Amino acid sequence: MPKDTGIGASPKRREDVRFLTGDGNYTDDINVHGQAYVHFLRSDVAHGRITSIDTAEAGAMPGVVRVFTGKDFEGVGSIPCGWQVTGRDGKPMQEPAHPVLAQGKVRHVGDPIAAVVADTPAQARDAAEAIMVDIEDLPAVVDMKAAVADGATKVHDDLENNLCYDWGFVEDNRDAVDKAIKDAAHVTTLELVNNRLVANPMEPRVAVGVWEKGTDNYTLYTTSQNPHVIRLLMGAFVLGIPEHKLRVVAPDVGGGFGTKIFHYAEEAFCTFAAKACRRPVKWTASRSEAFMSDAHGRDHVTKIELALDADHNFTAVRTETYANMGAYLSTFAPSVPTWLHGTLMAGNYRTPLIYVNVKAVFTNTVPVDAYRGAGRPEATFQLERVIDKAARELGVDPIELRRKNFITEFPYATPVAVEYDTGDYPATMDKLSEIADLSGFDARRKESEAKGKWRGLGVNCYIEACGIAPSNLVGQLGARAGLYESATVRVNATGGITVMTGSHSHGQGHETSFPQVIAEMIGIDESMVEIVHGDTANTPMGMGTYGSRSIAVGGSAMVRAAEKVVNKAKKIAAHLLEASDSDIELKEGKFSVAGTDKSVAWGDVTLAAYVPHNYPLEDIEPGLEETAFYDPANFTYPSGAYACEVEVDPETGQVTIERFAAADDFGNVINPMIVSGQVHGGIAQGVGQALLENCSYDSEGQLLSASYMDYAMPRAADLPMFTVDHSCQTPCTHNPLGVKGCGEAGAIGSPPSVVNAVIDALHSGGCKIDHIDMPLTPSRVWAAMTGAAAAGHGTAEGRSVGGEV
Amino acid sequence: MYNFDFERPKSVADAVKALQTEEAQPLGGGQTLIPTLKQRLAMPSKLVSLAGIDEIKGVCKDDQNRLCIGGGTVHRVIAEKAMSEGFPGLTGLASKIGDPAVRNRGTIGGSLANNDPSACYPAAAMATGATIVTDRREIAADDYFKGLFETALEEGEIITEVKMPIPEASAYMKFEQPASRFPLVGVFVARFSDRVGVGVTGASESGVFRWTEAERALGSDFSADAVKGLSVPADGMISDLHGTAEYRAHLVGVMTRRAVAAAQ
Ligand SMILES: Cc1cc2nc3c(=O)[nH]c(=O)nc-3n(C[C@H](O)[C@H](O)[C@H](O)COP(=O)(O)OP(=O)(O)OC[C@H]3O[C@@H](n4cnc5c(N)ncnc54)[C@H](O)[C@@H]3O)c2cc1C
Repeated sequence: MPKDTGIGASPKRREDVRFLTGDGNYTDDINVHGQAYVHFLRSDVAHGRITSIDTAEAGAMPGVVRVFTGKDFEGVGSIPCGWQVTGRDGKPMQEPAHPVLAQGKVRHVGDPIAAVVADTPAQARDAAEAIMVDIEDLPAVVDMKAAVADGATKVHDDLENNLCYDWGFVEDNRDAVDKAIKDAAHVTTLELVNNRLVANPMEPRVAVGVWEKGTDNYTLYTTSQNPHVIRLLMGAFVLGIPEHKLRVVAPDVGGGFGTKIFHYAEEAFCTFAAKACRRPVKWTASRSEAFMSDAHGRDHVTKIELALDADHNFTAVRTETYANMGAYLSTFAPSVPTWLHGTLMAGNYRTPLIYVNVKAVFTNTVPVDAYRGAGRPEATFQLERVIDKAARELGVDPIELRRKNFITEFPYATPVAVEYDTGDYPATMDKLSEIADLSGFDARRKESEAKGKWRGLGVNCYIEACGIAPSNLVGQLGARAGLYESATVRVNATGGITVMTGSHSHGQGHETSFPQVIAEMIGIDESMVEIVHGDTANTPMGMGTYGSRSIAVGGSAMVRAAEKVVNKAKKIAAHLLEASDSDIELKEGKFSVAGTDKSVAWGDVTLAAYVPHNYPLEDIEPGLEETAFYDPANFTYPSGAYACEVEVDPETGQVTIERFAAADDFGNVINPMIVSGQVHGGIAQGVGQALLENCSYDSEGQLLSASYMDYAMPRAADLPMFTVDHSCQTPCTHNPLGVKGCGEAGAIGSPPSVVNAVIDALHSGGCKIDHIDMPLTPSRVWAAMTGAAAAGHGTAEGRSVGGEV
Repeated sequence: MYNFDFERPKSVADAVKALQTEEAQPLGGGQTLIPTLKQRLAMPSKLVSLAGIDEIKGVCKDDQNRLCIGGGTVHRVIAEKAMSEGFPGLTGLASKIGDPAVRNRGTIGGSLANNDPSACYPAAAMATGATIVTDRREIAADDYFKGLFETALEEGEIITEVKMPIPEASAYMKFEQPASRFPLVGVFVARFSDRVGVGVTGASESGVFRWTEAERALGSDFSADAVKGLSVPADGMISDLHGTAEYRAHLVGVMTRRAVAAAQ
């Protein structure tokens, strides 16, 4: 029987009612009395030296409050980077300054040059058009390999070159890996591009900066996944505002997918300008601005080699990746191709020797940072693609090759520095085989062929490291922050509970799933629990939501705080029941003395805590409110197996997804419906990456896919009904809920299965093609089939962001 | 958007008058023009909405078996009426433009006036040999389309009606550009008792065109096989993020064959 309450039940998402009926409170819904509006004048060239800016005419236009340029920010800090990666040479990465408004140079199309604050958005925009800027064009650095060649134009004049870092992992394994590859019975090599993506949350970014003259306090309302992180980064590094004078509020946020983790110039601008103008300042991004200012995702160019022995055991993996950083280092950018990518290169397999080399490169493009999965999709894609290619070269079944190399004993220490606590990879593969009806594939292929279509099956596994992460570990790896989470559980006098969490919900459904945990622990109705998040003024210091960490880390903090509450409540109950607190049991919202029929209700105890007339005041304080911080002992390691079936139209190269199945192991599951929804959304984004989405620059650094006319988002009609299953559960061993996290799995696991399926279909049609770079648009597939040259297709070139024909 | 004046006349005559102001521009359904204005890519002094002019709305059949579509008729109405008047090929075309919101506002006059190289109607207009009727004259489709976003229309000239000969059989095949869902290549095939028309949109750098070689072949044998050996040269085809010139040239052949098959 499915449960109807508590852990494992699937109550509908309570927040959806307000989201779907127009009652949400998004940042753009926030209007502060007297606010002015800012319009940013952005660079329309990729690279250039600003020779002059004349704001005189703009400043005199109707409604203009003030015009700002880089000069106004000379005394202000640089937008900081939150992670320092150390290169193979032992030196820290090259870290350029990132000004709020351009200083001297513009470095990507969309780089803000000046900002006009005016009474209305239209006046600000009119005046921005009247600003006269002279820019001396410089050659655009777009191609990553050309960017690191000798004598290349530098994106940052004060850096040595365009190489942010050259990272080797594990450097000590390097020679052994080289040798294993040399000695291998078989080596499969694959060059590929992991295409650049635009996150495209439904809600564009918005910021409202407020400064109160009477108190010198600042408030920033912003579309963020982690308001405390913004408060720390912006307050301490950019504007010099102590945290107790700065409140950051991220109210309802309409999707983030990573791109709303980072601290952006516009947030600092609005906060700074609010004081400078003595007026609240609001900015709402247009969709066009979002394309050229939200951090992009992925953008790797990789060569991977997989070595196998004569029995087809994996003996070594070696990769070389060029990772695009864009023009500046966004908050987490350096960590994505390194610690979130290299550490995953073992995948689900017993590969004893692994060496990962990553060169991070500055280019005249929008900064690149974490996007749903962040590094892990890139790792999974190359590994699962090269395994498929190896199976084909060796003439063996790709599923059997995977099974043969599965890790089966846990805990398992990989050669890339992480320890998987639990997992059962054969079980998810068995489950996949069942739910995807793999045995029926041949019959379905025949049906497709009868219609003149080529059908392909792609299967792959994935592992991800999420629930990030142990603070001491990430500190050693270069993180400039801890990655714990926090919660305050406040029990009110009449028994209702408010949970203040540092986790931030922007589509994940925390307001529904977190109360399920509390309800389970105490035995009360979920409606008695309210989740508060997103405001530094009333939630404890939290690190926010990303990396599938909310339930694993934030949920664990909440459990710890709730345990403290329960322990204290038991003492109060013991007093009321005149028993020893060790004899008190809490069940179904009632405290009882073990082995007796004596009991008091949850509400009696909470009331006693706040009306402490009959209360052990000498032993315990009144009130019932506890805070806990939880620092995870390890990452969590969700895993799974995915299968995709496609049809390819041999005449046009058009790919359609006919079936998609996902068997995931997320450990324990709090709300299966929400988990399925997360997987569905993740698969849609993964399919988007595999078939449709392509953020593309031309060689001048102009963004070609700058709107929905050219940037293809997945739509419902592009997707089949998914079959998802999360009944394979190996609970996480190191957090109190045994949960692993599910937010990114779909986006990590699905691209390789789509591409594997298309390649399989092409082979069935007699086109012996090894690889096509994502997105597998009809044009690219057709070109591959016919041997024609296609836009951006071919072996991995330095310019991953290509698209120009 | 920049500021502009706005008029909403009730007759073509008043609209023509209103359009005499310098930099005045007609507004149809706004499905192309409004986004352009929002991006500040156009700066008309005045918009003259055609939405209040009843005389340019509606669909009927004339005595020469032509479908006469008012220039201000929206795509949804065209899709419905073309079906009941025995022109399913046009229904197929109009019902796949954009989404319901676009189809309930966008007009055929706006589409033909704009002449986007990827617009759908121009393919039908060319294939059927339509006549574009304006407030001042009648223009044959062959003379009307002048390349990308260029037409024979003069300043302030309003499309009041489009007369499309109704074919005995017709079909439109649209291969969608994955992002915009406009045609990457769209082919309209129309079979009449004495000729076959093939209009191709989305493909060429010089805009919509008639594939006369295919028309001839299909004129003597209206079957997909008849055009199997034919191809258009890649030279002069559009190359962009979504498809090379070669790919577009290839799709012209595939979509033509499929349209012929669908029109059987
Ligand atoms: C999301 C979306 C998807 C779309 N997909 C497609 C598609 O797949 N295929 C396709 O063909 N189109 C597509 N369109 C375009 C759509 O068909 C528009 O409706 C059409 O291009 C313009 O018609 P309109 O009435 O909206 O014209 P408007 O936008 O109002 O005007 C367009 C231009 O025509 C002029 N104009 C308007 N009416 C007249 C007239 N009667 N006489 C003279 N000049 C006039 C205007 O001054 C302006 O220059 C799409 C549009 C959108 C927004």
